[in-house]
Amino acid sequence: MSKVIRIKRGLDIPLAGEAEKILQTPPRADEYAVKPPDYHGLFPKMLVEEGARVKAGTPLFYDKYNEDVIFTSPVSGTYTQLIRGAKRRILEVRIKADAEDEYVQFGKEDIGSMTREKLIEKILKSGLWPAIRQRPYAVIANHKDVPRDIFITAFKSAPLAPDLDFVINGQEDLFNLGLGVLSKLTDGDVHLSVHTEKTISKAFTQVSGVKLHRFKGPHPAGNVGIQIHHIKPLNKGEVVWCLDIQDVVNLGRLFRDGIYYPQRIVALTGPEVLNPRYYKVLAGTRISPFTNKNIRVEQGVTPRFISGDVLTGEKINKDGFLGFYDDQLTVIPEGDKPELLGWLVPSLDKFSVSRTFFSFMMPWKKYRLNTNIRSGERPFVITGLYEKVLPMDILPMQLIKSIMINDIDMMEKLGIYEVAPEDLALCEYICPSKIEIQTIVREGLDAIQKEFA
Amino acid sequence: MKALHNLLEKIKPQFEKGGRLEKFYRTFEAFETFLFVGGNVTKRGSHIRDAIDMKRTMFHVVIALMPVMLFGMWNVGYQHYNAIGLEVDLIDQFLFGLIRVLPLIVVSYASGLAVEFIFATIRDHEVNEGFLVSGLLIPLVIPVTTPLWMVALATIFAVIIGKEVFGGTGMNILNPALLARAFLFFAYPSYLSGEVWIYTQVQEGQALVDGFSGATPLALLASGELQYLPSAMEMFLGNIPGSIGETSTVAVLLGALVLVATGVGSLRIMLTVVAGGLFTGLLFNLFATNPFMEIPAYYHLILGGFAFGAVFMATDPVTASQTGTGKYIYGFLIGVITVLIRVVNPAYPEGMMLAILFMNVFAPLIDHYVVQANAKRRLRRLKNAQVKLS
Repeated sequence: MSKVIRIKRGLDIPLAGEAEKILQTPPRADEYAVKPPDYHGLFPKMLVEEGARVKAGTPLFYDKYNEDVIFTSPVSGTYTQLIRGAKRRILEVRIKADAEDEYVQFGKEDIGSMTREKLIEKILKSGLWPAIRQRPYAVIANHKDVPRDIFITAFKSAPLAPDLDFVINGQEDLFNLGLGVLSKLTDGDVHLSVHTEKTISKAFTQVSGVKLHRFKGPHPAGNVGIQIHHIKPLNKGEVVWCLDIQDVVNLGRLFRDGIYYPQRIVALTGPEVLNPRYYKVLAGTRISPFTNKNIRVEQGVTPRFISGDVLTGEKINKDGFLGFYDDQLTVIPEGDKPELLGWLVPSLDKFSVSRTFFSFMMPWKKYRLNTNIRSGERPFVITGLYEKVLPMDILPMQLIKSIMINDIDMMEKLGIYEVAPEDLALCEYICPSKIEIQTIVREGLDAIQKEFA
Repeated sequence: MKALHNLLEKIKPQFEKGGRLEKFYRTFEAFETFLFVGGNVTKRGSHIRDAIDMKRTMFHVVIALMPVMLFGMWNVGYQHYNAIGLEVDLIDQFLFGLIRVLPLIVVSYASGLAVEFIFATIRDHEVNEGFLVSGLLIPLVIPVTTPLWMVALATIFAVIIGKEVFGGTGMNILNPALLARAFLFFAYPSYLSGEVWIYTQVQEGQALVDGFSGATPLALLASGELQYLPSAMEMFLGNIPGSIGETSTVAVLLGALVLVATGVGSLRIMLTVVAGGLFTGLLFNLFATNPFMEIPAYYHLILGGFAFGAVFMATDPVTASQTGTGKYIYGFLIGVITVLIRVVNPAYPEGMMLAILFMNVFAPLIDHYVVQANAKRRLRRLKNAQVKLS
């Protein structure tokens, strides 16, 4: 068996509200949405008129800068509404769902007989292609590239992240089928990373045709960016692809049944959820069918709904829609109440990596953390802190500074190709100067991408 | 609490844009955020944030400074009554020190914060918390006899020239508190050397005892008067002449404990400074040609401002090396240079201040090489990858 890669630096934030391992199927949502902002850098061009009838798999829009990448409807129904934001940016394409789904049939050929080009064409046409993302830049993969390798993580370490062992249960065959497709897309290897202790599902540990890696340690050990860095770091000029295991399953389904069916087993988590558990839904579903009556009601406390985890997710409304890539919904309280001398009192209900709060004496405690920032933004003052939560051979503070001054050359030297905003999410979390590090990393990636476009 | 918050909300419009006191918005904001942690919530990125902020960080340094401050106050009284040969109890000794030291602290905070508030208003940014620490450090590293106007002048100089011209807290190259001391040291040398360490102004009917010498142990060593040198235990405990906060190694260690336990101070720097000092001390022992070179190496750690500088000054995160490896080099060299200045340099008996300021200037260079090394590792990996491909 391969050696264990121990991640020493990192942090598991003790947030309350882990999902119980119960899987439910909520009633079908009345409306679904495909949200262009889920896909960074996308410039959508609509393909259908308002009021059009669509099937599951009917193209809705495509990417202006890469016309082969199309986005299809997750359900059959009527395209009713386009929600626009500032500068007429398209935020949501809403589909009013029929009671039953009709599918566009993409064919059920044998994978073995298909060429790489045919495989890619089929994935593109089905609308499942955006599930495959690339590094560098952490954007939708360019189908004209041949990736050096493909990386998949079989465990997640973000706060309250779903247990992928539980998620994969019963879908092992589809998963294997999906892996078979992926192995034909790269000249290199398909790498699957498992957790030494937590991963026990045989779907992962006894999988064939992939390179298996064993990891151990705190978040962000489950981030694919960290795993790539420790398995085979990304160099300038190289491209690797990565995708979630649920999309590997969906890929398998596309080739077995010939349909686009973006299933998500979603963990509903967080301190504000009364009964945190798992739900089987489709990407883009309205969340209210499974959050209704399951959220704590307390006088003066507003819940915040986050599609994704608390570190990297997107804030949505209480009747908003699940993001395309998200397999988790987190609900935490808003922290919009001022607190008298809050920086001074030795509170027990606040969590800090530093040991300046007495809560460090209670390592077993789970917290009801809120969204309060606690301070205005400050310049960098404290050093050596980000390094403690970034298990990579990268100097985070220096990299961020090089991005702030837009020094492309320095960004390259300091390893911008190896990071995605999510990899530095913990740096943002612990930053005592409250600097928006993920936003800065994204700006850096955009700058580099533009420079070489 | 509610009433206080309502009051703030009520007067807030006057300070906001268009209000009568618009110019004082940053001042108002500083007090408001001091009283209440605001109800502002995350908008982008991580939805939750660590409970620590700059105020709490700085506050913990202030807590860590409490032992040295309290001990320093007592020592001021103790040294004074010792000099005039009067036996009084602990409380009186402390009270005497309190009366002498408190004005220095008040003046330091008042003058420095005034500058900070003015610059925050001009630059329209929030008042930074850095001076909460600097304002207490400055009185602790000067003699008790320093005139108040001099403290104010040095503080203003340090904050403007040391910090604000570079862009404020976080951008400065030199440690502001040490810069204030250096300013006094070079601008008014007679106030920072010689018989200044003990408050010796006597009232009517009092007189200094015969044979009184107010020299610090370092001065004694430099002049070769080893027979007057206090015992190692005295120097460790700190009832010796010196700057207000620097004399007691015990009190400094208590502070270090707070800094390290809370994770606010860098243990890495503290230990390497000590290592550098010991190393150089031992080296001098090997090639000793005069009494100063012969003193046990550990004496350097308990003499003068070594411990204080290692724990509170060298660890200033802004002016120290910012990379992990850089911190080792930075700390070690501070220790080395301090002892070097002490033993070899005939002009300055104390080397800690100049060593730290010197290394403050070199810290960016050290970091530069550490960063380059990181970049080179990446470049080498890239080359290897290309070789494999071709």
